[in-house]
Amino acid sequence: MKKIINLIAVLISTSLIFTACIGDLDVIPLDERVITSATVYDDPAAYEQVLAKLYAGLAVSGQEGPAGQADISGIDEGFGQYLRGLWYHQVLTTDEAVIGWDDQTIKDFIYHAWGASDVFVTAMYSRIFYQIALANEFLRQTTDELLNERGVDAGLRAQIQVFRAEARFLRALSYWHAMDIFGNVPFVTEEDAIGSIPPQQINRADLFAFIEADLLDLLDDLVAPRQNDYGRADRAAAWTLLAKLYLNAEVYTGTPRWADALTYSERVINEGGFTLEPEYAHLFMADNNPIQNPGFNEVIFAIRYDGIHTQTWGGTNFIIHAAIGGSMNAAEYGMDGGWGGLRTTKNLVNLFVETDNRGMFYTDGQNLEIDNLSEFTDGYAVVKFTNMRRNGTPGSNLAFADTDFPIFRLADVYLMYAEAHLRGGGGSLEQATAYFNAIRERAFGDDSNNIGSGALNLDRILDERARELYWEAHRRTDLIRFGRFTGGDYVWPWKNNVREGGATNAIYNLFPIPAADITANPNLTQNPGY
Amino acid sequence: MVKKIARLTALLLVVFSFAAHAQTGRVTGTVSDRATGETLPGASVLVQGTTIGTVTNMDGRFEFSAPAGEITIVASFLGYDPSQRQITLPEGGTVNIDFELFADITTLEEFIVIGYGVQRREDATGSVAVVGSADFNRGNITTPSELLMGKMAGVQITSGGGAPGAGEVIRIRGGSSLSALNDPLIVIDGIPVDSRGITGMRSALSTINPNDIETFTVLKDASATAIYGSRASNGVIIITTKKGKEGQPLRLNYTGTYSLSTNAKTIDVLGADEYRNVINQRFAGRDNVTGLLGPASTNWQDEIFRDAFGHDHNVSATGAFRNMPYRASLGFSSHDGVLDTDNMTRTTFSLGLTPTFLDDDLKVTINARGVNVNNNFADNGAIGAAIMFDPTQPVTTGSDEFGGFFAWVDENSGIPKPVATSNPVALLQLRDDVSTVNRFIGNAQFDYRMPFLPQLRANLNLGYDYSSSDGEVTVPDYAAWSLVRGGQQVVYEQEKKNELIDFYLNYASDLNFLDSRIDVMAGYSWQHFWDRGSTFDTNFENNLGQQLGLNDGFRVFNDTRYETEYFLVSFFGRLQYNMMDRYLLTFTVRNDGTSRFVGDNQWGLFPSAAFAWRLDQENFMQNINAVNEMKLRLGWGITGQQDIGAGNYPALSRYTRNIQGAYYFFGDRQIPTLRPEGYDENLKWEETTTFNVGLDYGFLDDRFNGSIDYYFRETRDLLNFISIPAGTNLTNAILTNIGSLENQGIEFSINTRPVVTSDLVWRLGLNATYSETKITKLTLSDDPEYLGVLVGGISGGVGNTVQIHSEGFAPNSFFVYQQVFDENGNPIEGLYVDRNGDGQITDEDRYHHRKPAADYFIGLNSTIEYRDWTFSFAGRANIGNFMYNNVSSMNGELSRLYRPEGPYLSNITTDAFNVNFNNARYLSDFYIQDASFFKMDNISLAYNFSNFLQNGTNLVLSFTVQNAFVITKYDGLDPEIAFGIDNNFYPRPRNFVLGVNLQF
Repeated sequence: MKKIINLIAVLISTSLIFTACIGDLDVIPLDERVITSATVYDDPAAYEQVLAKLYAGLAVSGQEGPAGQADISGIDEGFGQYLRGLWYHQVLTTDEAVIGWDDQTIKDFIYHAWGASDVFVTAMYSRIFYQIALANEFLRQTTDELLNERGVDAGLRAQIQVFRAEARFLRALSYWHAMDIFGNVPFVTEEDAIGSIPPQQINRADLFAFIEADLLDLLDDLVAPRQNDYGRADRAAAWTLLAKLYLNAEVYTGTPRWADALTYSERVINEGGFTLEPEYAHLFMADNNPIQNPGFNEVIFAIRYDGIHTQTWGGTNFIIHAAIGGSMNAAEYGMDGGWGGLRTTKNLVNLFVETDNRGMFYTDGQNLEIDNLSEFTDGYAVVKFTNMRRNGTPGSNLAFADTDFPIFRLADVYLMYAEAHLRGGGGSLEQATAYFNAIRERAFGDDSNNIGSGALNLDRILDERARELYWEAHRRTDLIRFGRFTGGDYVWPWKNNVREGGATNAIYNLFPIPAADITANPNLTQNPGY
Repeated sequence: MVKKIARLTALLLVVFSFAAHAQTGRVTGTVSDRATGETLPGASVLVQGTTIGTVTNMDGRFEFSAPAGEITIVASFLGYDPSQRQITLPEGGTVNIDFELFADITTLEEFIVIGYGVQRREDATGSVAVVGSADFNRGNITTPSELLMGKMAGVQITSGGGAPGAGEVIRIRGGSSLSALNDPLIVIDGIPVDSRGITGMRSALSTINPNDIETFTVLKDASATAIYGSRASNGVIIITTKKGKEGQPLRLNYTGTYSLSTNAKTIDVLGADEYRNVINQRFAGRDNVTGLLGPASTNWQDEIFRDAFGHDHNVSATGAFRNMPYRASLGFSSHDGVLDTDNMTRTTFSLGLTPTFLDDDLKVTINARGVNVNNNFADNGAIGAAIMFDPTQPVTTGSDEFGGFFAWVDENSGIPKPVATSNPVALLQLRDDVSTVNRFIGNAQFDYRMPFLPQLRANLNLGYDYSSSDGEVTVPDYAAWSLVRGGQQVVYEQEKKNELIDFYLNYASDLNFLDSRIDVMAGYSWQHFWDRGSTFDTNFENNLGQQLGLNDGFRVFNDTRYETEYFLVSFFGRLQYNMMDRYLLTFTVRNDGTSRFVGDNQWGLFPSAAFAWRLDQENFMQNINAVNEMKLRLGWGITGQQDIGAGNYPALSRYTRNIQGAYYFFGDRQIPTLRPEGYDENLKWEETTTFNVGLDYGFLDDRFNGSIDYYFRETRDLLNFISIPAGTNLTNAILTNIGSLENQGIEFSINTRPVVTSDLVWRLGLNATYSETKITKLTLSDDPEYLGVLVGGISGGVGNTVQIHSEGFAPNSFFVYQQVFDENGNPIEGLYVDRNGDGQITDEDRYHHRKPAADYFIGLNSTIEYRDWTFSFAGRANIGNFMYNNVSSMNGELSRLYRPEGPYLSNITTDAFNVNFNNARYLSDFYIQDASFFKMDNISLAYNFSNFLQNGTNLVLSFTVQNAFVITKYDGLDPEIAFGIDNNFYPRPRNFVLGVNLQF
């Protein structure tokens, strides 16, 4: 009897232990830095911090700078950084730059020989859709229903309304990049839940319509031009993006929208209140922001950097470091050294006359011709972006640049106006010429190089865009709009892996949908030729 | 009655004394263990062919009368090889003989340790291998895994390099996984330990003193491992530590080794004069290049490597205090690495108590072991830097700048060039990188036999494994590579805890009516793993760089803290059924719950079944005397892998706050960011199904014995890090259960004693493994275009990879371009085979070419004992393994000579002129080289001074050469590098080791 009692006691106590222990399996993270989605929005500041991540997604590569806790995987963190990827696609594929390194397949960008498995292509695509997914998640987490549930007060609600518009703007920006670089891409919005079924592919024209409609719809929710925190999107940023869409609409949809391009350029110019920065070089320096220089008023939308707090191996830190090599003294550019990678081709150099202060090349010991891509001294070095402040002192950190990257700025919009006009978008030739000359006057310091309205033509616009906007990630889109990116009509050194440059296939006007996504998503059809 | 006995005794005495006087003499002596020197109480000593003899007393001594004349005395003891000695016994005289018995490998472990219990060796149904201390590798052993390298079929151990206490890669039957952990589960005295390392420690295993280990039991097939359920897919290694024995008198044992390590091989690079000529020729007229040459002549590899000394001392006391056997040991070792400034110092203690109470019904085992390790880490970057560094530059400049060390300096600014190679000697001398690790592992096990039902036992095991480590890295602000940063001061610490409660009931009984025996066990286990850590990295206040205007002064570069935990809760059971000692059945099941997954995926069921047939017990075999063991084993089981390498919360929706360097500015406001994390809430463990068929054999009284096994394993729900449809999750690739992988192989082992005479015994052991691993599925869709997952990052460029996981191929297969060669067999630079025939060489022309894993692993051991001499060697061969020679691909091309990005100069390997590449061609299959090898791991000679100084004191002196020689076609430093990429490898030194073992 006693035995049985003992046995029962043992059974009861052990089953109690078991139950308690099984409960251990439902854990919540101990680390206060890791927050579950159930509790994250208990803190009202979280909304702005999640929004900040959307912006930071353009600037850095993960939750630790310059590297660490990467947002995307499968590629070196620096390579996979948004701006660096964008720069590779928009600049390195053109006459504006060559690179000397043997990093994976990077030289294929120079040659127009990339494939669907290319890691750099895959990384750009992943980055774009990462941004889109982040924006969608933010929109899902800030619906009226959820805000009601969380009892968010009216003041915060009003802010969140603006945050949502900014998130949609950032999504539109990335969808624009997707449409421009990849063409027909998968399409996801906040309606699609996390981990859902593979999305459908949207054709380029439909995506154009979506971006256009979305931007037009969110305009009113955005803050008026120049009234938001610097670095955050305002209405002028959305207008500029609309102008960009319309300017390239023929490429995207087959139907030109020159009048719309002109309309939105005009709105930026007339309603934005932006002014040209008197010194061209100041646009690309360590203190190129209105916080440090209150009169700085040309940039409409920028990706912001800080040498201490916003660090990356991509971004302007990459652009500046990689462009330093040979006999250059890194300290003169506010850096601790050079990575000896980026130079430019003679095509860009030859666009400049001596007195044009925008032709910022380092030529000492550099050859204009490029015999050997891997040799830094072949090709002029470009010193447009630096980590020096206006007053001649370096940025906050020699190892990481402070310099912001202008995504949209007034001079670009001036040239868009001029181009839209010439292509039949309306407006006036006088106005177009005036904008064109405003840029020229800044470049030369006086009006000696201004042109008459009769001399304004599309070729001049394209060349002026190169002179004004080189290395600012516009060139590929511009060359495609002008039909000079692929093919043999316009060549530059090492295009098609030929020293003097050769013709390339028109399939390279679009990058391939990465093989990884073709595998993962059976709804996708590859771009022709890949 | 008393009288009768007295009378009888008197009579017997008379008879004996008469006999002694008439035809006999006396034989006296001791019987002891040859390997340990411990005396053996209860050993039998007989005159051959008679029943005359005795058994040894508590001190291992014997004494008896035997017929005078030429006789042969045989000493034997269970678990040892019998030994015989011919003597001439004079009438009335006394002959003293001391026998030293060799442990018999095959019968050493009468019982083998299995999960949650022990088992008679004959009853084992699974594929289980045991290596005891007598068979351990000898020499300069700093980490336990070195003890069994090459000893077992199917168990491959690759050390991480030549650093003292370096980590190792252990693979049992290859790996069952791609992205999850492939390390076996390690169980120390019943405590499954955390397989993840300890911060500040080169290898978690090296916190165990190798001298305290009694046996390694390796569970290989699923029928043996499934009792460990979700952690068992890669096999289980059970480490049992040495214990005291009941009734044993106090024995003291000192073991010491003194070692000299020398660097066995260096990379051939250009000498200073040769280098100067090459630069002057190739860059004639380019003063900006030739002007970089220095005036010195430095062999940088000689500058960083040294002859290193090490010593290791262990004292142990074994005995029994009343009913409490004990063993206590104290160890101290200090080993320098061949890389200058590298050192590991370890102090260990252990205490084992095994008392019994309540008429032996309650057996208690208490183990406590502690370790204190102090590491001085050399900067391994110096190894690669020494290959690259311009040999015309001096080590020191004579100036005070940069600590006196030469550095590549920008002549305009005077700032060291950040991308230029750092002075290897400065890397070693100026960087101070130390850590201290303390670890305690203890367990208390209570095994209670129910007095009312002696067949029933209850066993409770409480375990606790705690480690704390802290370290500090200091680089002065004047070090060239640290000037801009302002010096470096990193302080890190970590604390880890692993708590265990196991409880099981075991019922074992004979079922006489069935001529059977049944053994049933059911239990429960709870285990909690917790760890936290922090890193704090700053520069110096008021540093030199700040004074030069290179930085803004004090700054925190890294301030990270983490804390994490997980739980495992399990129920398990085992049924063993033995019929007529011929037919053996084992069933096990484990139900594992883990906190790492959520919902229904938290629990997994892992069953196994095995059958063994002891043919040697069958009547039809009884007449075949040559066969003394013949057992056929069949096993099947399912195991899991829950250590998926994705943290402890991979299935939870989380947000992560940024740390330093990843803020974003809104206006002038520095905003922290919150990142929603991608996740797969359906994540679960991988499941591996294993089939095993094996045969254990023994012929001619175990003169030849061993086993042969065939296994087939399939891992399903293989975790693969795959691209997800873009836009559908908050990341681009996610770890998910999607693929499958197959391993199969054959293992063969044989132990023989080709020569056994009274003076000479030769033992020879050979094991061989054939192993094949293939990925069978990696994605959801069957996209034939899908290449796989690129892995195998190399040095050179950024982000370049040379390996891939692809369907239909071995994991980590090399993925490269096919080099074209000219008619002389020299590679043509930049010319590859256009494999897809599209007229151009693109990414799509890369192909699968070879793999790093060997097809065949062979281990060979030989021991020859001649009287008091022992000569042994152990070697290993790997066949069919290939290596990517990254040293050559990076430094064996001519554009390396001048680095325009500095600019600075860089040395090249001498083979660069044979290869004659002008630019880096990292992805050429030219660099995939056959790395098959035979390695003589150690050669050892020992002499045993028995009864040294006094009776019962034993001294063994040994001399061992470790890493004696390597036979290989591979050109690089070492053909044996885990994962097949040879780069910046810490060379394994050649060790000359003097060993002393004193027992009294």
